[in-house]
Amino acid sequence: MSARPIPPTSALTQPYWDAAGRGQMTVQRCEQCEHRPFPPRATCPSCGGSSLSWSPVSGRAKVYSYTVAYRAPHPVFAAQLPLVVAIVELEEGPRMVTNIVGCDPAEVEVGMAVEFTPEPIDDTDMVLPVFSPTNESG
Amino acid sequence: MSLRGVAAAVGLAERAPQRYTGEETILDLLSGVAVDAMADAGIDRSEVDGLLVHPIGGLPGFVPATVAEFVGLRPRFAELVDLGGATGAGMIWRAAAAIGAGMCTTCLCLTGTRRRRRAASSGKSEGGRAPAARKSHSRPPARDRSPHAEFDAPYGMIGANIGYAMLATRYAFEYGLTDAQRAKVAVDQRRNANANPAAIFYKEPLTVDDVLASDVICEPLHMLEIVMPAAGAAAVIVTAADRVADAAQRPAWLLGAGESVTHSSVAQAPAFGETGIGIAARAAFSSAGVDPSNVGLASLYDCYTIMVLLTLEEAGFCKAGEAGAFAESHDLTFSGDFPLNTHGGQLSFGQAGIAGGMSHVTEAIRQIQGRGGDRQVADLELAYAHGNGGIIAEQVGLVFGTDR
Repeated sequence: MSARPIPPTSALTQPYWDAAGRGQMTVQRCEQCEHRPFPPRATCPSCGGSSLSWSPVSGRAKVYSYTVAYRAPHPVFAAQLPLVVAIVELEEGPRMVTNIVGCDPAEVEVGMAVEFTPEPIDDTDMVLPVFSPTNESG
Repeated sequence: MSLRGVAAAVGLAERAPQRYTGEETILDLLSGVAVDAMADAGIDRSEVDGLLVHPIGGLPGFVPATVAEFVGLRPRFAELVDLGGATGAGMIWRAAAAIGAGMCTTCLCLTGTRRRRRAASSGKSEGGRAPAARKSHSRPPARDRSPHAEFDAPYGMIGANIGYAMLATRYAFEYGLTDAQRAKVAVDQRRNANANPAAIFYKEPLTVDDVLASDVICEPLHMLEIVMPAAGAAAVIVTAADRVADAAQRPAWLLGAGESVTHSSVAQAPAFGETGIGIAARAAFSSAGVDPSNVGLASLYDCYTIMVLLTLEEAGFCKAGEAGAFAESHDLTFSGDFPLNTHGGQLSFGQAGIAGGMSHVTEAIRQIQGRGGDRQVADLELAYAHGNGGIIAEQVGLVFGTDR
């Protein structure tokens, strides 16, 4: 559980949040050109198609970049410092902003393999997708 | 049609950046600097028939009309430019384009930001900063239903520090970059500010050790690599070629311009080498028929040290991956071999909201007009000004010259 600015969801984005609540990640996929836009939307930014369907993703990603914040970017994060804010690239392609949790911030590096981790948001029934180092033996 | 020689900047005025403003309203601040800019240009308000302004906190709409009425203008061209830190530079070429299209003859490009010291007991704040309510409650303002509020802000990707820190991390991963190389930018710019009485840090020297000893706010960026919010204003008068002779100041001719908008969220930013920085800069240089190596002053948007380095290479002043070494091996001061941000840059001059971005434009104009005072760049004929908004999302490049 952690305190967060609460995401203002919409009917269109609700399946993304519902999936996170079930411990899964899903992003849109264009049925016309197979592009996976993120964030979710009604029209494909790659081909203009309007047939975007929800399609589960593996939850595996690599860190594209990151920073370790020592000052809270918003007071709600004051108890979570140092906070690792990152851009991750999902195995299926899209990049998204997230947090890296479950390790010493000093261990985070560009290219590191990470995986989806559900993070409940305080005072809500919402779950935020964050990422932690991939737990692989060897 | 090229914009080359269609119009020139002939006057400007600024309110030097300060930490806080007093009771003056934003409309009064803007009106005051507008009057000063018209006086500087020697152009009567009855001759100003174009107005360019930007979104202003507390004015939910009708911004050009509200400002026009307050300043006493009846423009035939009224424009709201919303390109973040690139807004000021974006105003200049829009003014020239409107003049070239015959929509008007003389434009006022107007920027400014108030900033009030927040009373401890009050939740109110004004100016270009996020309202206090946004900072003290976890729920974003009800009206902010942007993708940013839904997919970036919940992770702490709020404000610009985090985004630019991630750019710096990625840059160091791809090319290698030391803290001292970034710090060199801040230090040389401070030496420029030490020759500019209007700079907020005019009297304070700065060393690389000072920068590196300042707190790390978000890795790898230190406090003294991060721009300090301020209040202030800047206005520029742009007029048609056939009216330049009537102006009180020498013209700074607009020779070329380029613009690029590529994304909003930092997660969707193009890779280095493909950014809008380069797209805008290449368009500006090619429309001017000028090579970056011909430019005697680079006035580059500097919300952070890393932004200057990115712009140096993406705009073509040095090769990809060499910006750190370039900054280290050149004297970036007004008397050096690569004059950069001779007003001190926003890092040392001060970032008065949208007027901060305009400061790179006013400095290029001032230097081209030969009005640089103690920090005048010798024998200057061509200057490049670059504006940047969001997390490298919005880019505008401008080339100014002494000759049409």
